[in-house]
Parts: sequence; structure tokens; C-alpha cells
Amino acid sequence: MIETFYDVLRRQGITRRSFLKFCSLTATSLGLGSAAVPKIVNAMESKPRTPVLWLHGLECTCCSESFIRSAHPLSKDVVLSMISLDYDDTLMAAAGHQAEAIFDEIVNKYRGQYILAVEGNPPLNEDGMFCIHAGRPFVEKLREVAKDAKAIISWGSCASWGCVQAAKPNPTRATPVHKVITDKPIIKVPGCPPIAEVMTGVITYMLTFDRLPELDRQGRPKMFYGQRIHDKCYRRPHFDAGQFVEQWDDEGARKGYCLYKVGCKGPTTYNACSTTRWNEGVSFPIASGHGCIGCSEDGFWDKGSFYDRVTDIKQFGIESNADKVGGTVAAVAGAAVAAHAAVSALTRARGKQDVKDQAGGN
Amino acid sequence: MAYETQGFNVDNSGKRVVVDPVCRIEGHMRVEVNLDSNNVIRNAVSTGTMWRGIEVILKGRDPRDAWAFAERLCGVCTGTHALTSIRAVENALGITIPENANSIRNIMQLNLEIHDHLVHFYHLHALDWVDVISALKADPKATSALQQSVSPSWPLSSPGYFRDLQNRLKKFVESGQLGPFMNGYWGNPAYLLPPEANLMAVAHYLEALDFQKEIVKIHTIFGGKNPHPNWLVGGVPCAINLHDTGAVGAINMERLNMAEKIINDTITFMDQVYIPDIVAIGSFYKGWLYGGGLSGSSVLAYGDFPDKANDYSPSNLMLPRGAIINGNLNEIHPVDHADPEQIQEFVDHAWYKYPDETKGLHPWDGITEPNYVLGPNTKGTRTNIQELDESGKYSWIKAPRWRGNAMEVGPLARWVVGYAGGHAEIKGSTDKLLKDLGGVPLQAIFSTLGRTAARALEGQWSGYKQKYFFDKLVANCKAGDQSTANVEKWDPKTWPKEAKGYGFTEAPRGALGHWIRVRDGKIENYQMVVPTTWNGSPRDPKGQIGAFEASLMNTPVAKADEPLEILRTIHSFDPCLACSTHVMSPEGKELTSVKVR
Repeated sequence: MIETFYDVLRRQGITRRSFLKFCSLTATSLGLGSAAVPKIVNAMESKPRTPVLWLHGLECTCCSESFIRSAHPLSKDVVLSMISLDYDDTLMAAAGHQAEAIFDEIVNKYRGQYILAVEGNPPLNEDGMFCIHAGRPFVEKLREVAKDAKAIISWGSCASWGCVQAAKPNPTRATPVHKVITDKPIIKVPGCPPIAEVMTGVITYMLTFDRLPELDRQGRPKMFYGQRIHDKCYRRPHFDAGQFVEQWDDEGARKGYCLYKVGCKGPTTYNACSTTRWNEGVSFPIASGHGCIGCSEDGFWDKGSFYDRVTDIKQFGIESNADKVGGTVAAVAGAAVAAHAAVSALTRARGKQDVKDQAGGN
Repeated sequence: MAYETQGFNVDNSGKRVVVDPVCRIEGHMRVEVNLDSNNVIRNAVSTGTMWRGIEVILKGRDPRDAWAFAERLCGVCTGTHALTSIRAVENALGITIPENANSIRNIMQLNLEIHDHLVHFYHLHALDWVDVISALKADPKATSALQQSVSPSWPLSSPGYFRDLQNRLKKFVESGQLGPFMNGYWGNPAYLLPPEANLMAVAHYLEALDFQKEIVKIHTIFGGKNPHPNWLVGGVPCAINLHDTGAVGAINMERLNMAEKIINDTITFMDQVYIPDIVAIGSFYKGWLYGGGLSGSSVLAYGDFPDKANDYSPSNLMLPRGAIINGNLNEIHPVDHADPEQIQEFVDHAWYKYPDETKGLHPWDGITEPNYVLGPNTKGTRTNIQELDESGKYSWIKAPRWRGNAMEVGPLARWVVGYAGGHAEIKGSTDKLLKDLGGVPLQAIFSTLGRTAARALEGQWSGYKQKYFFDKLVANCKAGDQSTANVEKWDPKTWPKEAKGYGFTEAPRGALGHWIRVRDGKIENYQMVVPTTWNGSPRDPKGQIGAFEASLMNTPVAKADEPLEILRTIHSFDPCLACSTHVMSPEGKELTSVKVR
């Protein structure tokens, strides 16, 4: 199972020639010139796998469960061939002091070279003892291991934002990682949980390009969190046409109409669900009939019921009433693709048509 | 000091051994034991070391949203808390669901049992029985012969397959980067498998890791994603459309075909890999029958899988309900979730506060106020615990009791209640396994190995029941019923001003109950008593020990500094600590009163 990065590429069908080309492109992109290519080739062929220490705070382990669902690459290839998952309390053979000894070994041997992955978050109330690790507050362990890490990955909404245990009134004062560790690069990969292939995609990006992915202002990889679910939703044409599910299991539900009026948070949620989809592309929440609950957004637990309509998406010109807006979009724009931008047109046209005539008439 | 309880002589005078963290579980826990001069465990202390307070967070929310919060109790047993929650809300508000919704919910819950049991055995538990490093010494040819003898139809069985795997394993070990296998207990004398069985098990560890991601696609089809699929009060969110325009936006023929293929593949994996592995591994460990704990004396099951929709009485449930106490397998006591005398929780040894801690409280009347104080004989400090004092408070898990008894829950408890009650499928599968193991006596199931075997049998049973409910779903659609949700009481205006209810399931780890009170359309109280609260329970006012603690008693440990036997037995319960430590006040005080120091 031990394979270098090169072995993995070869096994995945990448030729020696492509591999060398990849190395020279890497050299060019790093501004190193052709002299550096053999060094990169050698490093790729023989360098040790990057150690990853995966800590668990207050969480539910859904991120680990999601991670092992990854289909491309397979989670076993990530764990056994691409990285060295040296600490992960969910999967590791060792326990107790044999487990604790691993921290010292890896931190000393790979100072500044290992990646710290954090699932869950530290609670700060009760001296941190709402989450105890080896008899001590988890937050202390987090600080110790973070100190010499190369970078930190905040897995899921717990580590990124706080998630369910930080919902009001946040009794344990569960606190996201970036508010405790402030001197390290942190990549947030939110979601409850994040999509498996997004998780492994972030890791393999870092290994392949030897750098952090481009992050947005909130610290999320742009490549996966740059657009709203609504932007790429396959039910979007029904939104634009004013065709909505009005109630569970109604005619609209059976026809796969837009779930906006039964609470879908797709218009305000940045994630890859509607494109990458879940579990090897089988489906995603909207495709299986339930609205998006917005699980990758900061504070999504405290933004009203999951079945309330989103009302604060002014950029779409949907500030008041979907019954009218969906219909007016259809009326004004016809083809409707660019209709969201037409706020002034919407405002003028609002009220001309009752969406129920449309949705019910199909 | 030493004292008698539940047939055990508890003595904490010997050498203290601490295991923290206990890894390969969900969440955070700690175990301390005392060993006598022969390295036999004479006292066991199990501690839940995390607390999140989800129930107080649920107060004041819309009951229709509760499933999503509750689901996040656990991402390993994902979905089971959501199902329990919507059942509690429906029970409180008198909401019924269509037959199709019942079938789909059962398929999803069975799917979880299958996935959870499989991942638990291969990825969280197997390394307690299987020595990975020993597999390097195996003869690939002999491994192939072993594989073909235990499972003749399984295709991945050639000598070349095992030789290739062994070579990769060898390169992995030689790299010095052992990843998750670093610092394991390789070579410990408590490992009893020959190298060939170890190599076969390593192969299945990897095969199961690949296959588990297929199983859960059932959740994705009906619930949109996994982990944490979506659910709905009153039914299921996925509409069915088999005949008309727009079918591609709903459950259609293609979706059903995908589900059916996964269901059939799952049955194959259970029959040809999981069960044969249990027989193969069990045959080498059938002389190691420690870890029975409370399983032969006090077990509790709520029952689950209603055949017809909306009927939760025992006669309509496909898994049995009942309680067995005092080791009397001839008497199965009825269980009533609403009876204040039956299920009660105590906190005198847990980090919570009651006005009178000598008494237990029923979930509808419970109080939870965190109270992190350590016993007087604790070694270490408040934030650097060396050794806990079990005479005081020592866990974030409360102590639930059924009519005052500490109980074991889970697959083995369900199998014991079923066997004692003459459940034909449970009795049949158990007897067959005992026979396949070479005629071991029934008494052998009251053990760590029995717990592990019952889980496997239940995984297999669930595979066939998944098929049963799938066929039922299709038959009902053929009969012309495509409905999936009842929206008559969706609008809170249709609800009574006040209501209370409960919901239950058999979660993978055991009996799970949620209790809810609704007032003016909002959650007034929410309380969950979960499987690991039962199994991981600390002591109570009578000094009774919990199921984890009881299971460790009297077990010899081969090497005192390597807790292999402790892990093996604790893992046999499949602990889920994030679930177990949320018990929160219905009437209770707001947790905002927690002091920030």
C-alpha cells in the first residue's frame, strides 16, 4: 500500500510522459526553470507522504463518515497512499498513551511539515472541560498540535463556524477553530458534513500543487464554495418559470418543481451540492425532494425554520413575495436565464401575474 | 474498597490503568480499571468525556425542524435520531404517515443498521481481533484456500490476489509511515488468529471500506445525501412519480432500480463476507468468552420496524420489545415509555445537578444542569486529571435505569430478548451460528464475542428486511398508491395548544428514545435517552455499575501496559459518545447560567 505520489499517478493511468510534463509545468509555474525539473521528479517519486494529524473536538463524526465515502480518489488510497494519517482517533489502532505518544513523534519529526485536520470545535466554558482529551481540555491539545503545523484544515461546519452545538444559546461556548488559532493558514471546508469528494479534492489539491487552494474572504476554497447552490441547481428553470412545490407530495413535488416556497436555502448557500452532488453523484437534497437547509453557511441553525422561505436575498430582487416574483420573472424575461439581475424590471412588473395560475395549471 | 453489586465483586485496591483517549469509537471517552496481582480487572470506571447540550438548543424551536438538530447528535448512526425525532413529534401531535413513507423510512433505518454494523466491525473493531503485522507472515496460497473454504462463492479469493495485497502491505510497513496502524498492539499475545486469517481479514478491511460507500446510496436516493439525509414530519420528502411527466424529478423507475441493485449487492456482501468472517474469526476466539457483563442478566429492547404504518405496538414490530432482569430469561417484561416508574435517570455520579440526587427522574420531568465537580480522591487537577474518583461524579453521561436496574442495550440485547421470546428469525440465525462455530453452547453469546456476532447477524437480517420493505414499496405503488406525505397537520394552526409525545427506534447501538413537549407551536422540552447512555452509564445511588463497566469485570489482561482486551470489549458495544452525552432538561434551567471562568 505504500506508494509514492508517482506510483499513485501511474496506477491511476497517468503515463510517465504525462507525469514528467506535469513536473515541468509545476517547475514553470513555480518560476524555477527547467533545471529544477529533475528535482521535482525525484521529490514526487520518493518524498514521504505528508503526515496528517486529525483531531476531534465537539462534533458528531459526520465529517469522518463523509470522508470515507469518497469515490475518487477512494478514501483507502488517500489514507494509505497519498497522506500518512498518523493520528485520527476514529480510525487508529492505538489508544491511550500509545496514541498520545504519536503526537510527540510526529510533531518533532515533521515540525512545520504536517497538516492538522480538525473535525469539531473546542468548547471554552467550564475551563474547556466539556470536551476532555487525555484528562485535559481539548482546546489545550488543539493549541499544542497547531503550533508546529504547516496548515490547518477545518473540516465541516463545526470547525468552520461552530455548527449545532454553537446554535443559540451555545451552552458550552463551542468556538470555531479560527477564533482559537489565529497564526496559521486555515482552510475552511464547511458543510454538515462537507461532500466527500470536496474533502479529498482539497487534500489532493494541496498535495498535487503543493500549495493551499485559493480561498474566498471567509476562508473557503473558491473552487468548491464560489457559487450558490441555486446558481447551478437543475430545478432553477422551474424557479424562473414560477413553478413551485406548494406543499409536500403535491403535483409540483411529483414533477420536480422548485422547492423555494417550502423553505429551500439554495439561493443563499455557497456549496457544490448541485454540481458535484453527493455519494458519487447519486443525488443531492433538492433532487430528493427536500429543500437545502443551508448546512455549509455560518449560523444556519439560527436563521429561522428550515421550512420558512428565504426572504433576504435582495440581490435577486426576491425581497418580498415568491408567489409574484417567480411569475414575473417568467413574464418579463421569458427565457429567464438572466432574470435575477433585472431587479428594476421585477419591481415594475411585480403583481401582474399570480404564480399559482401557472404552477397549478401544469 | 470492595463491594458486591449485580453479581460482581468490585474492588479498586489494585493497580490502576488509565486509557484516554479510547480510540476507534464515535466521540470521546475514558476508561480506568484496577488490576489485581494476576492482571485481572477487578474494578472498571467508564467516563463520557464530552458534552454538547443539544436539548437546550432545541427549546423554543419549531418541532418540524427538530429532526435536523437531533440528527446531528451523531454522524455515525446518521438518521436514526432524525427518525426518532419525527416519530416523537408525530406521536405528540397525532400525525399519521402513508404506507410508502413507512416503507421508505424502514428501508433507510435498516440501511443504517447495515452500514453502521459493517463499518463498526471492519474499521472500528476488527483491529481488536486482527493483527495486521502478522498478515505479512501469511502464505498467500493457504490464505486463498482459507477464503475459499469459508466463502466458496466470493470471487476475490485467488492466491495472486492475496499475494499482491501482501506485497503492498509489506511496502507500506517498510516505509515506516504506518499511518493509522502506528503504535498498535501488534504481536500482543491476546491476538489469536493465524497469519492467513489475519491477511484475509486485512483484505476484507479494505473491501468493506470500498463497499460501505455503496450501501449508503440508498440514503442518498431517498434523503438526498449521506451522512445526514433529510426527513419530514408526516412522511418522507421524496415524492414518487412512476408514470407521468416530470418523473425524473422524483422517485422513478431508474431510482428504484438503483436502490434494488444496492439492496441485492448488500445481501451478497453480508452473506459472503461479513458472516463468514465472524465464523472464521469466532472459531479462533471461541475460548475467549469474557466481557458478558450485564448481557445475561439485564437487557432492554424497545423494538422497531413497524410492518404496517402507524402501529408501534409490539405485535407489529419486526424486532422485539421487552426487558429482562435478574437473569430470568423466562420472563419478558413489557416496556412503557410513558410510565414514569420505568425509565429514569440518575446523576449522583454524573456531572449534573438534581435537587435530590438520591432519586431518578423520568425523561418528561428531567432536569439537567451541568455540574463539573470531581470526587475528593481524584488524582490530578480539575483540568489535568490523572485518575478519577468513582465515588464522586465522574462522567458527562447520566445513569439511566429501567425500574431501578442498569441495563445493556444493543444488538446482543435485542437478540437475547428475541431469543428468549421465541422470535423465529433471531432464534434460527443464532442457533445456526452456534452450530457453525462447532457447537458452542448458547451461554457463549453472553460475551464480547457474542455481542460482535449478534451485530453481524442483525446486519444480515437487516439486509433481507431492506429487500422486504423495498418489495412492499413497489407492490403498494403497483396497487396505485404513490403518496409519501400527510400534510393535514403540517400547519401549526392545526395543533393543540399543548402536547407531549415520545418516539423510539432501535438504533444500531440499541434502544433509543426521544421525549418531547410542545406548547404554542414550539418545543417546550426535549429529552433524549440514547443507547450509549444506557451502556456507558456511570454508577447510581445504589452503587450499581453500568454495562461497559460490568463487561470489563474479571477479564484477564495479557499485558498491563497494552489495553487490547479493554478496547476489544468496550468496542464490542460500538460506543457513540456524541450521542450519549446530551441529555438535557425538559423543565430545566437554562444552561446559559453556566459560569465562564
